[in-house]
Amino acid sequence: MFAGAPQYLVSGLTQGAAYGLIGLGFTMIFNTTGIINFAQGEFVMLGGMLSVCLLGAGLPLPLAIVAACLATAAIGGLMERLTIRPLAGAPAVNAVIITIGVSILLRGGAMLAFGKDTVALPAFSGVKPILALGAAIQPQSLWVLAVTLALLAALKLFFSATIQGKAMLACACQKKAASLVGISVARMALLSFGISGLIGATAGAILAPITMTAYDVGMMLGLKGFAACILGGLGNPFGAAAGGLILGVLESFGAGYISSGYKDAFAFIVLLLLLFVKPSGLFGKAGVERV
Amino acid sequence: MKRPILGQNAAQAALFFALLLAVPYGLPNEYYLSICILGSLNAVIAVGLNLLMGYAGQVSLGHAAFYGLGAYATAICTTRFGLPIPVGMAAGVTLASVVAWIVAAPTLKLKGNYLAMATLGFGIIVSIVFNEAVDLTGGPSGFVGIPRLTLLGHAFDSDRGYYNLMAAVLTLVVLLALNLMKSRTGRALRALHVSEKAASSLGVDIAAHKRFVFVLSAALAGLAGVLYAHYLSFIAPASFGFSFSVQLVVMVVLGGMASVWGSVAGAFFLTALPEALREFEDIDILVYGAILVLTIMYLPDGLAGGIKRLSRKLRRTEVDDARR
Repeated sequence: MFAGAPQYLVSGLTQGAAYGLIGLGFTMIFNTTGIINFAQGEFVMLGGMLSVCLLGAGLPLPLAIVAACLATAAIGGLMERLTIRPLAGAPAVNAVIITIGVSILLRGGAMLAFGKDTVALPAFSGVKPILALGAAIQPQSLWVLAVTLALLAALKLFFSATIQGKAMLACACQKKAASLVGISVARMALLSFGISGLIGATAGAILAPITMTAYDVGMMLGLKGFAACILGGLGNPFGAAAGGLILGVLESFGAGYISSGYKDAFAFIVLLLLLFVKPSGLFGKAGVERV
Repeated sequence: MKRPILGQNAAQAALFFALLLAVPYGLPNEYYLSICILGSLNAVIAVGLNLLMGYAGQVSLGHAAFYGLGAYATAICTTRFGLPIPVGMAAGVTLASVVAWIVAAPTLKLKGNYLAMATLGFGIIVSIVFNEAVDLTGGPSGFVGIPRLTLLGHAFDSDRGYYNLMAAVLTLVVLLALNLMKSRTGRALRALHVSEKAASSLGVDIAAHKRFVFVLSAALAGLAGVLYAHYLSFIAPASFGFSFSVQLVVMVVLGGMASVWGSVAGAFFLTALPEALREFEDIDILVYGAILVLTIMYLPDGLAGGIKRLSRKLRRTEVDDARR
């Protein structure tokens, strides 16, 4: 009955950590701008594809990944400057459509630049599995979990210990009040897109050795990340991370015990059921609506 | 007061129908006609989705699912069960409506991004079922051998005949939408868009109205689905996935929210665009994305809003000229 459970748990946590990171990217942007960024999945794709490309160009692996993440952060910032900022004051649905347009642009650009092949990044520290509790753990899985935890810790520190982080939280709380105390809301929006690009690309790079990557992987990953942050309660970064882990584990067990073909459906079925019971997500506070 | 409004709509619709019927005479070959047929199918869905999104303010990122449910239901009924085509078509529209009715109650309680996520999740689940229920749907490789449309002994086996049928269907749908929005129900929908609490304090049954417009828009998507299946005689899950749901939303937004004519224009424009860009081969997707971004940035209220603004500006210059 429980044969394979530890194995499913490990692979679910690995995949879930990536979903959590992607969800975290959504949250960063949502909190400062109120926009759901549908290009978030493309940031993940860029992280993987740029790393592969730079590695092929002769850079050592760590350098290739860092450069890819920084480049994606720059693309995120550029996206905010060129397409989001000029929209100020437009209805939210227009901003969402813009991000969908940008995701099409990024996907198309990646297809032209990198081709249509599915590629992989070499595992960071070999592929010899570690046997523990009846599960064979890929070293890369440990990398994924470790990097996710490190990023979460760094973000926690960023929000609680730096002035920029606190300014960002203030924007999330009350934009008008934030700008009244001298916070540049526009700069915070730029920063949040940059950080989202960085987080998304990191998720893409650490995941690329396990799941491979291609110019069109962004959409599904983005959707799962979106699902993760809705599951955890939109706007709550740690909820997003937890939501991602839950989603990954559910998916892995569903694929293992029920049917692998319906793997992608489980996450969404659970999510729908949750939304119907508790519309604000697992860790979200029910909002008070003003009339 | 009611009469003249209805008369005005009927006249507009008649003019629109005449315009649609004239289009084939301006086309160089049959290939363009098939794009027009797809455009009018998309327009039927976009007008329905606009009733939901533009007027009632409820976003759906899963409308491709209803399109697919209509298409698969009629495909399965007419081939596997050997039922007559009209029965299959009725089954398709009914299935889309019934599923929408069931999904509506819990889903439409949600708002904003949560509603978007729920409809998106629903759409993805349905498209996964299309892919995985191979025995029923043929799986990823698609469903072949759907009979072409025959109604009342008349076979719509030429593109020309099918286009004329679509012109009639689209005109009726447009007329329905125009009239609905000027009715009591339409006003109630607009009211709940602005403020649900205010609308309900004035006696509008919020839940019932939302459910009604959701089911209606799903039924229109299902109708387009059955017509699509009997036109192409081949369907595959890829046509009913998340990308198409997004395209539908883009059609509505690009055309202009709360504008029936805008949705029609948006649907035709976005259906024709990839075809027009085909000669650029791989660059077409880039151009498509760029046009999307630029339109939203510079025409924030869509084509309909842009034209309205332009005509206002022109009129103002005329007045200025007259003063001079």
